[in-house]
Amino acid sequence: MAKTPIAFSLNGMERSMFVDPGQNLLDALRRGVGDLSPKYGCAQGTCGTCSVLVDGKLQLACITLAEAVAGSSVTTTAGLADGSELHPLQRSFMDNFAAQCGYCTPGMLMAAKALLDRNPSPQRQDVVEAISGNLCRCTGYEPIIDAILKAAAFMRTRGRP
Amino acid sequence: MALHRGRGFACVNYPIGMNLGGDPSQALVHSTPDGKFMVTLSSIDLGQGMKSVTRQIAAETLGVPVSDVYVDTADSDTGPHCMGSFASRGTHRVGNAVIRAATEARTQMLQAAAEELEVDAADLETDGEGGIRVRGAPQRTISVADVAVAAQFKQGRTLSGRGIFLVPPSEVDPETGEMSPVTCFAHAAMAVEVEVDDETGMVRVIEINSAYEVGRALNPKLVEQQLVGGAWMGLSHALYETTEPYYPDRDHLPVDFNTYLMPGPGDVAPHNIAVLERPAEDAPFGGKGPGEMCANPVLPAVANAVFDAVGVRCDDLPITPEKILRGLRANGS
Repeated sequence: MAKTPIAFSLNGMERSMFVDPGQNLLDALRRGVGDLSPKYGCAQGTCGTCSVLVDGKLQLACITLAEAVAGSSVTTTAGLADGSELHPLQRSFMDNFAAQCGYCTPGMLMAAKALLDRNPSPQRQDVVEAISGNLCRCTGYEPIIDAILKAAAFMRTRGRP
Repeated sequence: MALHRGRGFACVNYPIGMNLGGDPSQALVHSTPDGKFMVTLSSIDLGQGMKSVTRQIAAETLGVPVSDVYVDTADSDTGPHCMGSFASRGTHRVGNAVIRAATEARTQMLQAAAEELEVDAADLETDGEGGIRVRGAPQRTISVADVAVAAQFKQGRTLSGRGIFLVPPSEVDPETGEMSPVTCFAHAAMAVEVEVDDETGMVRVIEINSAYEVGRALNPKLVEQQLVGGAWMGLSHALYETTEPYYPDRDHLPVDFNTYLMPGPGDVAPHNIAVLERPAEDAPFGGKGPGEMCANPVLPAVANAVFDAVGVRCDDLPITPEKILRGLRANGS
């Protein structure tokens, strides 16, 4: 089958690539571009670890057609840090022990980013809802919820988006 | 229809490691040319913190900063033998092996430093910040990095160590069945409060309170985190997870995460933990490790809490709404 050329922005860099019909965005990012930060979990849209932002909106890369992001702006966990300076969410996840095995962490970070982008002052219940599409098998969720709330508080005082 | 509160209690004495085959684990430690240390294991870190804890143990034993120690795990082709990450044995067995390997490497490091400083190795001490000094003469120092360079490029020696921890075999007494299966025990007690809906059979966990005795908590935040996460797993096992809901009948088995139930972030109950530290003599720096028992007491405590709430005794898991409703009907309510 004919491949389709697409161009999109990934973490602020312009990317062009050929994708197969039916190829999902997760596969295109991991195998096509080499961005391994979105993880391959269930491949059916239920675990959340492949979460990315497409034009600022949280999406599951494993059930998004790669073709559908042509012309869009895609953000992955690899794009969160500013050079060597971690994003406040990443820093807060570290400081609050929000990762154990770490496999769910990229998806949690993107879900948290999507939340804080639209609501800088979330209540605890908002955080719970925001990560309810992401499965974690190690932490019991508590440290993740705390880390997101603390990152939000930090970002409000520092004024960083 | 009514909501019933209930409280359940459980405690556990949990064995650390096992007896089979001496339960051995090995560790290798060597320095790189720039004075960092690599700990090579084949033990698995699956999120419980093995890499962090063995890194701390190696750094403490060597007398160097934690940041100068690297741990390479989980490859049984390149790492020395380990029985595995199970039986709550990681911190204890692997930690002891790391202490032995790091002790040997430290001895070589001090011998190489003694040669450079032209002193007796017995007069040297580490400062824990990457330096080695002569005891009582703190101006006579050499950095670990310089020692590593001298050892590897001038003296022609390695700074390395081998460690193995092996439990003395304990045979089963044919008359009594008596044996020593383990070397030490960790302990816990837990109270769980639940609310059971007698119309839907739904169980909501209100609060968990627990006390854990894990020897010395080598990394207190990791210990707390493993206990919180492990209790979540226990809760999931008690109330949600099963691959065969009608075992031995194979009907209705879950096939994906939509039908294999686990508690989500909205189902989490507050968990208050008291960590008690009674260091074990044969454990690395006294740390026995939380291990599997962070999940174990949750199951009986939840079952007891459900019984306390609605008088239904569930003796197979998970305690689903269906089982509670059937139990209520059998009780005539």
